[in-house]
Amino acid sequence: MAFDSFSAFIAMEGHGPYVWACYAVFFVLMLLMMIGSVRSRKAIVESCRRGYEFQADKSKVAASPPPSASFARVNVSQD
Amino acid sequence: MWQFFHKLGSPKWFFGISTRFMPWLLAGGVILLMAGVVWGLAFAPEDYLQGNSYRIIFIHVPTAFMAQSVYIMMASAALVTLVWRMKLADVFVKAVAPVGLVLTFLALFTGAVWGKPTWGTWWIWDARLTSMLILMFLYGGVIALDRAINDEKSAARAVAVLVLVGVVNIPIIKYSVEWWNTLHQPATFKLTEKPSMPAEMWVPLLLSVLGLYLIFGWLACVRMQTEILSREQRTRWVREFVMKGRV
Repeated sequence: MAFDSFSAFIAMEGHGPYVWACYAVFFVLMLLMMIGSVRSRKAIVESCRRGYEFQADKSKVAASPPPSASFARVNVSQD
Repeated sequence: MWQFFHKLGSPKWFFGISTRFMPWLLAGGVILLMAGVVWGLAFAPEDYLQGNSYRIIFIHVPTAFMAQSVYIMMASAALVTLVWRMKLADVFVKAVAPVGLVLTFLALFTGAVWGKPTWGTWWIWDARLTSMLILMFLYGGVIALDRAINDEKSAARAVAVLVLVGVVNIPIIKYSVEWWNTLHQPATFKLTEKPSMPAEMWVPLLLSVLGLYLIFGWLACVRMQTEILSREQRTRWVREFVMKGRV
């Protein structure tokens, strides 16, 4: 240790506020940037998944059996 | 060689390989940075001239070094974007510009706080400080220009040109302390000479530089993956990766 006591370590012979302010800002900004980057990655994965599920639901509806009554034109002989 | 080059440009290949490296980059970076910072703060000897304020060096030098190093990487990627139209290079430029901005801000901030007890002033329009401020504006300009252009391809080209023009600032930052020798001290590390500090000071400094480098690598991977996912969400491979939980 370069310091005799913990309080000497905090005070840094009067330079404490400068040193600790630098380290605090450094760690806060780095952490914010790291957390923010992970979060936006998660958000895009989530929005992709929702989009794909929505598409899958739509194609399921399209593939389901047709209803019994339909308005499709039926060709009936006129004879 | 060419096959490797093509692979390198493929977002899918990058996605797979970066996912494998990311945990190691993060773990290694955090361990090295913490080791360097704890060693520098508590165990390194006091500077005979500057007292304890010099302990700011263990984050000031890593952030300042990375701020310039990121710009050089961005410029290389910009060149690749212009010459080979490689998608991944453009993704890199866009992903790391905000990281560069934060690192440059941190270098300026820690420098200003270090300057107060050492030089007696927060700020001075010295060549090194001014050229670093210009670097911060360049990063800001890159981000703004990219957001201002909607078309992906024209944005990529415009941003690449801006990044390449701004590269002229890098040698100015590097040599400013020698050309205009004012308040800022010259570099601590030089490739050709032994460091001007004892090992108990420069070893922790080197550790924190390496640590921040690895953390930057991790950040770049995370952010590039985000950009790739948002650009390629209509492709089949992204769909497969997302639905099988491989992201």
